[in-house]
Amino acid sequence: MREREDEWTGLMRSAISGDSTAYHRLLKAVTPVLRAAARRGLARAGQPVDQSEDIVQDILLAVHLKRHTWDVSAPFAPWLFAIARNKLIDALRRRGRRVFVNIDDFAEVLPGEAPVETASAGEVAAQLASLPARQRDVLQSIAVESASIKDTAAKLAMSEGAVRVALHRGLTSLTAKLREQ
Amino acid sequence: MDTDQLIKTLAADNTHRARPVGFALMLALMAAAPVSLLMFFTELGIRPDVMTAMRNPFFDLKFAVTLALAIAAIAVSLHLSRPEASLRGFGWLLLIPAGLLTAGIGGEMMMPQRLPMMTRLMGNNSRMCMTAIPLLSLPILAGALLGLRHGAPARPALAGAIAGMLSAGLAATLYASHCTDDSPLFVATWYTLSTALVTAIGALAGSKLLRF
Repeated sequence: MREREDEWTGLMRSAISGDSTAYHRLLKAVTPVLRAAARRGLARAGQPVDQSEDIVQDILLAVHLKRHTWDVSAPFAPWLFAIARNKLIDALRRRGRRVFVNIDDFAEVLPGEAPVETASAGEVAAQLASLPARQRDVLQSIAVESASIKDTAAKLAMSEGAVRVALHRGLTSLTAKLREQ
Repeated sequence: MDTDQLIKTLAADNTHRARPVGFALMLALMAAAPVSLLMFFTELGIRPDVMTAMRNPFFDLKFAVTLALAIAAIAVSLHLSRPEASLRGFGWLLLIPAGLLTAGIGGEMMMPQRLPMMTRLMGNNSRMCMTAIPLLSLPILAGALLGLRHGAPARPALAGAIAGMLSAGLAATLYASHCTDDSPLFVATWYTLSTALVTAIGALAGSKLLRF
């Protein structure tokens, strides 16, 4: 457990200093933990656990857009779990329940726990359709068609800088829309 | 979009670097300050006898109290903009202005006074004080909330309340240079009531605006 969290902290430090591969690995590594916690929270609130993937995506977006509030000299896990807890409570409240989420929900994922199948998530995809055309095209190209920023720029006849801006704005407005719904 | 696709997309955006919350807050406060300054100088202005007033330690104490409140609240709100932070270890900063004020009241009690205590407490400008401080704080509060939206507070209402204290502290610093009531008893009553009002507005606005 301790080792895992140290590894996360190391990956996040590399990510902050510009290493996108480390960032990708980190997000991949935390996702199963977030998913398990989201399922546990939903189950305890008497909600169908198949909505867990929407919550996971919501958490990942918040982690991404708020990562500048992480102090690079502090361990990463408490920060991550604080974000996740906040988003989980929000999601459960939105579904009409007043619930208390135990912080230990996040810490106690056992290594032997059966891997959970990735359920489909609808909320992000649904909001994607309502974005301005530029942002939607860029997100579509990078997320769904797995194109690089360079290829996306060529395909949409934009500069790479403009693609980056549209990508970031798209992620920001997605998050805002999810919060308002 | 499945989660793997989302992760890939987020990693592609890793090159985007956000500024620290402190930078956003300072920028927003610098944008808001001219509005409050303009309101202050067109409607109120510095009291005409300011040169003599500066020799009165109780006049100076007002600025020590209001600035201590503003600075402590800035420090606490930056701390609270991290999701895993709580008031623990930081909340005591907000007691500094209260301590200064208490010391001031004690000091004044020990001096011979021309006016009775209740008269000093009521002063001449209580209504003006209760109007001016909240009004002067509103632009600053708007700026502070805008800047703090850049953070990720776990308790948005609490963060908003501290933003309210921050703006009341800065607004009261301006107002203190206009107001001719210098008794710490006046400050402890009317400045505190005004600050409480702005704090409540901040908490209300924060609970809506500071969610992330």
